[in-house]
Amino acid sequence: MSQPQPIIELDHVTVTFQDLLALDDVSLTVTAGNFLALIGPNGAGKTTLLQVILGLVHPVSGSVKTFGKSPADLAGERSRIGYVPQIMSVDLNFPVSVGEVVLMGRYGRIGLFRRPAAADRAAALQAMKRVGIADLADRPIRRLSGGQRQRAFLARALANEPDLLLLDEPTTGVDAASSESLYELLRMLHADGITMLVVSHDVGVVASYVEGVVCINRRLVAHGRPAEVLGSDELAKMYGCDAMFFHHGHVPHLVVEKDR
Amino acid sequence: MMEILSYHYMQRALLAGALIGIVCAIVGTYVVLKGLSFIGAGIAHASFGGVALGFFLNVNPVLTAVIFCMATAWSIGLVSRKGRVKEDTAVGIFFASTMAFGILLIGLMKVYNVDLFGYLFGSILAINREDVWFTIALSAVVLLLVGVFYKELLFVTFDSEMASVTGVPAARIYFLLISLIALTVVLSIRVVGIVLVSALLVTPAAAAYQLTENFRRMMGLSIVIGVSSTVGGLLLSAMLNTPSGATIVLLATLIFFIAALISPRRWRRHHTPDLRPPTSDL
Repeated sequence: MSQPQPIIELDHVTVTFQDLLALDDVSLTVTAGNFLALIGPNGAGKTTLLQVILGLVHPVSGSVKTFGKSPADLAGERSRIGYVPQIMSVDLNFPVSVGEVVLMGRYGRIGLFRRPAAADRAAALQAMKRVGIADLADRPIRRLSGGQRQRAFLARALANEPDLLLLDEPTTGVDAASSESLYELLRMLHADGITMLVVSHDVGVVASYVEGVVCINRRLVAHGRPAEVLGSDELAKMYGCDAMFFHHGHVPHLVVEKDR
Repeated sequence: MMEILSYHYMQRALLAGALIGIVCAIVGTYVVLKGLSFIGAGIAHASFGGVALGFFLNVNPVLTAVIFCMATAWSIGLVSRKGRVKEDTAVGIFFASTMAFGILLIGLMKVYNVDLFGYLFGSILAINREDVWFTIALSAVVLLLVGVFYKELLFVTFDSEMASVTGVPAARIYFLLISLIALTVVLSIRVVGIVLVSALLVTPAAAAYQLTENFRRMMGLSIVIGVSSTVGGLLLSAMLNTPSGATIVLLATLIFFIAALISPRRWRRHHTPDLRPPTSDL
């Protein structure tokens, strides 16, 4: 096997929103084939970190590179990045079908002044098949269950056949069983060669699927194999005294009280 | 009824009304889905400043209104994009200041201008041949732009962030959209008036939203409702001798309430649980 290539390189990234410090001097490298969970308490800057990688948020200092390029000159590399945003970010009552949403994933690559071609429709269908929702293509998105909806947004990200997938809380609003099968699906996609970075709340579930955990609380708190990170003192410090660990099999589980 | 139709001014009004019904319905679909109603209202009120400027400078008020509305739309967009103030605050500021500007100019003219009243509340009698040609041209521009940027407008309206991530020029498409709103407002003020134009931009699309879960069908229904409102409203106003703009808007509102009453969305809500997740972080 050749030397794994760095896919995401964050170098001393600091982000502020007016007076609020969102990310403080974060350095992180994600290499090809990684399957990482990004965890941290509410307001830790997990979403901001993804937005920095995508070029939606610009750091006040430090540099970001994805596939060796800064977000401003990603150009063609853009379609190598698949993004599944938090479900809250869109109007779930919008009158569009699953098929239309998935095809939207191709719009940027199709470019202005052009209509989707047969190849684009085929790629959208292939993406829906990959996540097991091809039969839902004509269904309006508002009539999907939480799990189906996440698969639809995942299919939109897959429509470009990306090499890197960034997922922001993919199991929000999804019941436990669907959540497990969603992670199962991510594991299959990872086995197909897609590098994954998943923002998650449910530390316990995600730990049994990923090969590494990145823990941030504005600063990078810990980065390592799940067992190392989740058993560390840093994590306990980060979550404060409301955090509690218990061991289940080989993977420590973390329980965090919601109201803090 | 037939007698009304034989008048040239009525034929002109109906043609302009039908076109306005179509254009407002199409642009309104994006306005309703992206939640830009307040921007629409703000731009509509800004057109008062533009019209007054036209009278003041003694040039065609529609021309000054186009420029003025476009400038206001872009200012609102720029100010809110910069993140200094929220979008609705920006609209609130421009809403009143552009009207104040118009009122100031009228005050300086020291002549009570009856035609200005026609712009405020709409007047079918005022629509001359030139206005009809202007309406046709501006409608063609709006329809062409929507046709060319159809997929980008849809994506940015649905999910602007994702559009931007996948390489769609989301910011430019947003400015295109608010420019389309400005053009639509200006082309509609002759028939429905500055005060009521924002209703025509919102109500037919909002009624259509009640009746379907398909984007194209929503736009189609919105056109049917928009044209029914303008053409039906103009005929009613001629027969009942009521003001045209008000009749059109009230007819559209009536259709909206009927649509809301028979909406399948209302019934479906009972057996589709609300799956909106709890609020999350940043």
